Amino acid sequence: MTALLSVQNLGKRFGGFVALDDVNLEVKTGERLGLIGPNGSGKSTLVNCICGTLQNEQGSVHFDGQSMDGLAAHERTHRGLARSFQLPRPFVSLSLAENIRIPMLYTVHHRTGTPLHAESISARCSELLQLVGLEKKATHLPRDLTQVEMRKLELARAMAAEPKLLIADEAMAGLSHSEIEDILALLMRLNESGITVILIEHIMTAVMSFSQRLAVLVSGKKIADGKPEDVVRNPDVVRAYLGE
Amino acid sequence: MRMPLFTLIAIVVAIVVFVLLRLPNVEYLFVAGYTIVQYIVLSTAWNILGGYCGYVNFGSAAFFALGAYSTVALATFGTQLDDLVPESVAPFFHLIFPLPLPVLIVIGGVVSGIVGFGTGYLTLRLRGAFFAIATLALSVVLQTLVVNWDFVGGSGGAYVVRPGEFPGLGSYMQYLFLLILGLAVLSLVLARWIERSRLGYGFAAIRDDELAAEASGVPTLRLKLIATTLSGALMGMAGAPFPYYIGYLAPVSAFGLEYAVNSIAMPLIGGTTNWAGPLIGTILLGTLQQVTTVTISSAVNVLLVGVLLIAFVIIAPNGIVGLVQERLQARRRK
Repeated sequence: MTALLSVQNLGKRFGGFVALDDVNLEVKTGERLGLIGPNGSGKSTLVNCICGTLQNEQGSVHFDGQSMDGLAAHERTHRGLARSFQLPRPFVSLSLAENIRIPMLYTVHHRTGTPLHAESISARCSELLQLVGLEKKATHLPRDLTQVEMRKLELARAMAAEPKLLIADEAMAGLSHSEIEDILALLMRLNESGITVILIEHIMTAVMSFSQRLAVLVSGKKIADGKPEDVVRNPDVVRAYLGE
Repeated sequence: MRMPLFTLIAIVVAIVVFVLLRLPNVEYLFVAGYTIVQYIVLSTAWNILGGYCGYVNFGSAAFFALGAYSTVALATFGTQLDDLVPESVAPFFHLIFPLPLPVLIVIGGVVSGIVGFGTGYLTLRLRGAFFAIATLALSVVLQTLVVNWDFVGGSGGAYVVRPGEFPGLGSYMQYLFLLILGLAVLSLVLARWIERSRLGYGFAAIRDDELAAEASGVPTLRLKLIATTLSGALMGMAGAPFPYYIGYLAPVSAFGLEYAVNSIAMPLIGGTTNWAGPLIGTILLGTLQQVTTVTISSAVNVLLVGVLLIAFVIIAPNGIVGLVQERLQARRRK
């Protein structure tokens, strides 16, 4: 397996605050990586730097053999990077089906270079909504959705871009136990269909059952990276979470 | 409805309006009608950026005045040809000047479109209120430039002599009305096409959430530049025939507050997410303004806009179209 995503010596500052300090991370094709860390440890900043929402000052991001440095967020999406947001950010004035249309019209269309047929767009829309169990609400507006449905829409929209790598940023925060199982099963299915997944999560049971590998960020530094069961026993990780 | 059919219907409606207005043989109908139809173009143009993309432009008057002043500049150039160009090329210039109005409209559109693009490039990294303030500033800067440009009359304004008749049509006023009617059809067709196209979906994504739009692969900056250019160009096109309509163009009237206010108020009252919104809002508010101008005073117009805006913000925040859509959806759910 080759590295799909490779983050090298990544650094990001906000004024005097060092949000990310010399972070190195590799993700192989088809892998399921869990990324954990206490609040404010730089997880979301790392995602933003990988996806182009923020531009890193130091280091570089390579994806699928190409350098991502200097590319805008939408260009990275075109190359196969997709993300869901920590707080769902649906297009509020568009129906669920239309929400999913946007990445198809802009990313898939761009990648293939030919306009998609109206029929194939609607077919794919219902297919994706079915995958996340929202097909009955296709014509509804996002405001009609519950929290868990909102997260599912967020994932479905990310999937509509037909990514190689999906970064799920706290897709389960605030959900009940059964809802978490729901989302986990969904992510598993996506991974089985060949998509590499980075899961950023606080809920340890979810991370442990999902991840093949675990990376830990603390204060902008990666302090551990390895098999989940080894990482959670790592003294540095224990200290970061529980204190001395 | 497919686009060719929509275009055809729009053209037919425009022709019917023109024919109906000709029937009573009252010239004033065209004078009043011109103002209303001109606002259809302006409010539709505003809506492409403000309604579809969510970027509020307070500088509509600037783009409108740019179109008007390109006409004034070219008309003045035409009348002073012998002083301005060398004798050797004068015959060539005499051949093409005075430029026909449709050409002036295209030029006004190009000039305003270019300025729209430039403004967009400089300001579109600003969001919300900051973008609105920047467009307001553009209006002030351009007005200052025009006031200090003697060639187009400076602060004193410029006269543009309107020909009395247009061959084959009767009065020149009717010709002007026909042109602005054509522009209204063009802008409505363009707005509706955008709405149903890939571009329209991209605009809607930008309006709702720019970060999420980028993450979905929407090139937000490029799309916003397309919107400012199109919106600016249409406003400039609406302004180009204006000097011939008004006869005497002063900076105060071309950069008037009512252009900025009306082109925001009309889409807001009609509804901003749909091509029909600005049209409905303009017909309603524009007609009301024309009636009050005749019956009370044109000074009441701004008050009228203010009162209606407040009323609509409270009763129907999504405009008339939004209100109707909500009612229909509520009924469907029952």
